[in-house]
Amino acid sequence: MTTTTLAVLVPLLPFLGGAAGLLLGRTASGFVRPLAVLPTLTSLVLAALVAVRQGGGQAIDSATELTPTGSVPIELALHIDGFAALVAVLVGLVASCVQIYSTGYLRDDPRYPSYAALVSLFTSAMFLVVYSGDLIVLLVGWEVMGICSYFLVGHYWETPEARAASLKAFLVTKLGDVPFLIGLFALATDAGSFRITKVLGTVASGGLDHPTLIALLLLAGVAGKSAQFPLHTWLPDAMAGPTPVSALIHAATMVAAGVYFIARLLPVFEASQAAMVLLAVMAAVTMVGSGLAALAQDDIKRVLAYSTIGQLGYMTGALAVGDRGAAVFHLLSHGAFKALLFLAAGVIIHAAGTNSLAAMSRMRNLRDRVPDAYWTMTVALLALAAIPPFSGFFSKEAVLGVAEHVVTGHTEHAPAASGWIVLVAGLVTAVLTAAYAMRLWLLAFRGRGAEAPDHGRQPLTMTVVLWVLAVPSLALGGFVFRLLPDWFDVRDLAPTLTTSVLGTGLALAGGIVTYGAWRHTTALAARVPLGAVAAHPEGDAAQVEAEAIATHEPAYGDIAYAPDPADPGRLLLGPLHRPAAAGFHLDAVYTVLFVRPVQAGASLVRFLDREVVETYVRGAGALPRWLGAAVRRAQTGNVQTYVSALLAGTVVLAVAAVLVATGA
Amino acid sequence: MSLAAATHGFLSPTGVEIAFLLVGLVTFGAAIVTVTTRQLVHAALWLVVTLGGLAVEYLLLTAEFIAWVQVLIYVGSVVVLLLFGLMLTRAPIGRSPDADSGNRWAALTVAVAAAAALVWVVVDAFRATWIDLDGPAAGSTEATGASLFQNWVLPFEALSVLLLAALVGAIVLSRKAKAEAATASGSTPSGSTPAGSTPVTRSEKEGTR
Amino acid sequence: MHLAYPAVLSALLFCTGLYGVLARRNAILVLMSVELMLNAVNLNLVAFDVWLSRTAEETLHSGQALTLFTIAIAAAEIGIGLAIVLAVHRNRGTADIDKLRDSAERHGPDGDHDGTDHDALTAEQSDEAEKAEATA
Repeated sequence: MTTTTLAVLVPLLPFLGGAAGLLLGRTASGFVRPLAVLPTLTSLVLAALVAVRQGGGQAIDSATELTPTGSVPIELALHIDGFAALVAVLVGLVASCVQIYSTGYLRDDPRYPSYAALVSLFTSAMFLVVYSGDLIVLLVGWEVMGICSYFLVGHYWETPEARAASLKAFLVTKLGDVPFLIGLFALATDAGSFRITKVLGTVASGGLDHPTLIALLLLAGVAGKSAQFPLHTWLPDAMAGPTPVSALIHAATMVAAGVYFIARLLPVFEASQAAMVLLAVMAAVTMVGSGLAALAQDDIKRVLAYSTIGQLGYMTGALAVGDRGAAVFHLLSHGAFKALLFLAAGVIIHAAGTNSLAAMSRMRNLRDRVPDAYWTMTVALLALAAIPPFSGFFSKEAVLGVAEHVVTGHTEHAPAASGWIVLVAGLVTAVLTAAYAMRLWLLAFRGRGAEAPDHGRQPLTMTVVLWVLAVPSLALGGFVFRLLPDWFDVRDLAPTLTTSVLGTGLALAGGIVTYGAWRHTTALAARVPLGAVAAHPEGDAAQVEAEAIATHEPAYGDIAYAPDPADPGRLLLGPLHRPAAAGFHLDAVYTVLFVRPVQAGASLVRFLDREVVETYVRGAGALPRWLGAAVRRAQTGNVQTYVSALLAGTVVLAVAAVLVATGA
Repeated sequence: MSLAAATHGFLSPTGVEIAFLLVGLVTFGAAIVTVTTRQLVHAALWLVVTLGGLAVEYLLLTAEFIAWVQVLIYVGSVVVLLLFGLMLTRAPIGRSPDADSGNRWAALTVAVAAAAALVWVVVDAFRATWIDLDGPAAGSTEATGASLFQNWVLPFEALSVLLLAALVGAIVLSRKAKAEAATASGSTPSGSTPAGSTPVTRSEKEGTR
Repeated sequence: MHLAYPAVLSALLFCTGLYGVLARRNAILVLMSVELMLNAVNLNLVAFDVWLSRTAEETLHSGQALTLFTIAIAAAEIGIGLAIVLAVHRNRGTADIDKLRDSAERHGPDGDHDGTDHDALTAEQSDEAEKAEATA
């Protein structure tokens, strides 16, 4: 088979698997698990094959036009370069792991068939985005991912949190997608084509008329999809979905789609200095803000969600300084270790029967209950904190190195201001990342208090994938940073000495400070009893998690916050702790800016409809009724009246006839 | 006969015309009283005057047979029938204040409008038309009889069937009323006998003619 | 004699009868007014017959024959009419035309709302029953 055929099969197989799963889910439940796992695994193999054949060489381009679509043609186009090939492998790897993990995680879930089918459909859409060489086809995958995300976040729709979160995720991403769509049209109008290669060719020859406008419009969609400030608010709430969904969609793939999109169209953004600076500011605010917020979260998954936002901030920061190699490098390594973090967190939630770090910090020996999760999560947290030699170190140093490179003025791609912004924010975030990673690890695994509950061994499907993902988290960076420049045809990604020492030192400092704070506060834990565990600890992991999410707010008073004095984050953040836990009250700002006006507009429309439009409708009904009543009044039943009217008419007619006949 | 119609002006009426006019005025006045009087029985009596006046007008138009039939049937039987009807419906003797319905003003309007239109059209059409009344009477019994039994035999016989149907119809209506009166345990027992007399009277009249 | 004299008299009598038909309340008076109208027509027929039999040498005497027929039909009509009036009077206790309003619209003048529809229906039904009783 040619590489093109293989590449076509990669998105097609999960799609067919998902469609078959939806069709057969109820009738043939025995086929559901194979239908979920096998197409995704095959896609992984095929994606790896495509990557090997492509080999970082010349990009594979192939296009076919299904039907004429007017002045700007839309084509089914493939564009596979090194980025696409490697990101597809990552997507396939994470999706396969998640599908295998889900068979254990949602073992007893009655809605597993539709869940697995939607995950397959999502995987297919992500492959489409990655491989697509046409912006409209890319948009199709982009929107399919959005709707799948909506369904999957709302998987536990019995809980109000999940319902609200799914709606919020959908609406906030749509808020970005509308400008994104307009931006795509503007781009295609300027370039005369939706083909990415042609667009890039137009940009290279300077044929873009409105680079800043287009870049800003596209940036809105990217900010929504990749959860960048100020459209990031949906991602922490989306943690109300099942953990594998968080791992797949909200850590490794969908949120990376925005970064990947900018990476593909980086020349378009580079054509506008304003967009690049804005991107840098956006990345910086996102990084630092999410780092602070992550330090204050009580829900283990929300910590990881804010961490995801921050790492995505690194990627957009790398793009803001014009280096897509570093961005995609970080995307790959982050995809691996963040998926691992989420999946391990799912195991921990199942074992502990709670998603609250405050409750976990009061459990002894939780790490002995879940040794696989303990070890793999430690690896992943070290990678997240960018401690050498874990993969996160290399990718993050690549980003910081590029920023430093820009600051020192060795490139013409990006303004130096972006470099400074990204470098400073990146270094601050390195401290914060290490701090919240340390806090998470300490609270989850070094708890003191009652013995952790024993729920037996975790399912094999759930623990094996942790080790599978631990391998790239551990080793990916160190082995591939020399290979990647061949694939990405960019400059060297090896860490530079200055940033490495600086970044690692800051990360160690953040970790040590957090450890100190924890030592200081942990004595308080015994004094304040806290915690609520799931009502059905013997149920499967999905049920335990759904109950944990549903009980968090009644038990602790807030979805994201716990009044725990033993939390080192509280000591470190000081007065910032409460606003950070609430995501710096950005939701309240949105409520004032969008929700209230929309509600006021809705009540205005309601008033107009009820009082104004309805009046006309009632009037339209009343007038004939009055006329009818008047006509009915004539029906007196008095025959003489009838005959009088009849004869009066006859006289009038006769006179008229006479007048006409005589010509008067 | 040789005089042209144009020579007969309205301002120089002949004797017949004066007589016709006077009798016509009486007739019209009696008709007006008939439809306006508040005493129901008086209305029937004024109707006699009107119908009699019309009989005189027929005579003046030399239609003597029609005139006698008019007197016999209308004055002799129809008015009697109407008087019977008035009595049977217990019409009040004397002035009844509600003889006219609330429709009278509309009726007056329609009637006056119709009269104005008709008079205008008729006068406009026939103001110069002259009837020559000299010579043999156009409506003598002989002429009428000859015409009737020469040219109008079939309609005449059909008319007898119509009268028979009317006879049967009147009987049926009366019998139904009687049966209902019997089932209603004699609520209006007096109504049956005079209602039965109606067709009898008319069949006599048919025999007369 | 001018033809206009009988023609105008006939028109006036006709309109007098018309007024009586429209304005009188008692059914028997209405029948009298109908007789007036018929007689007006008769006068017209006779006058035109006399005129035509002289000027147009018309010998059918159709006017007079028709007058005779009209008189006979009027007699039959008055017989049937009186029988009907008597039947109505016996059933309803009145011969006043404007009290016989079975064909009247029964609903209130402001239109029927959903709540009153049922009542109107039942009222109609009771009316129907009355009518059926009357015609039986």
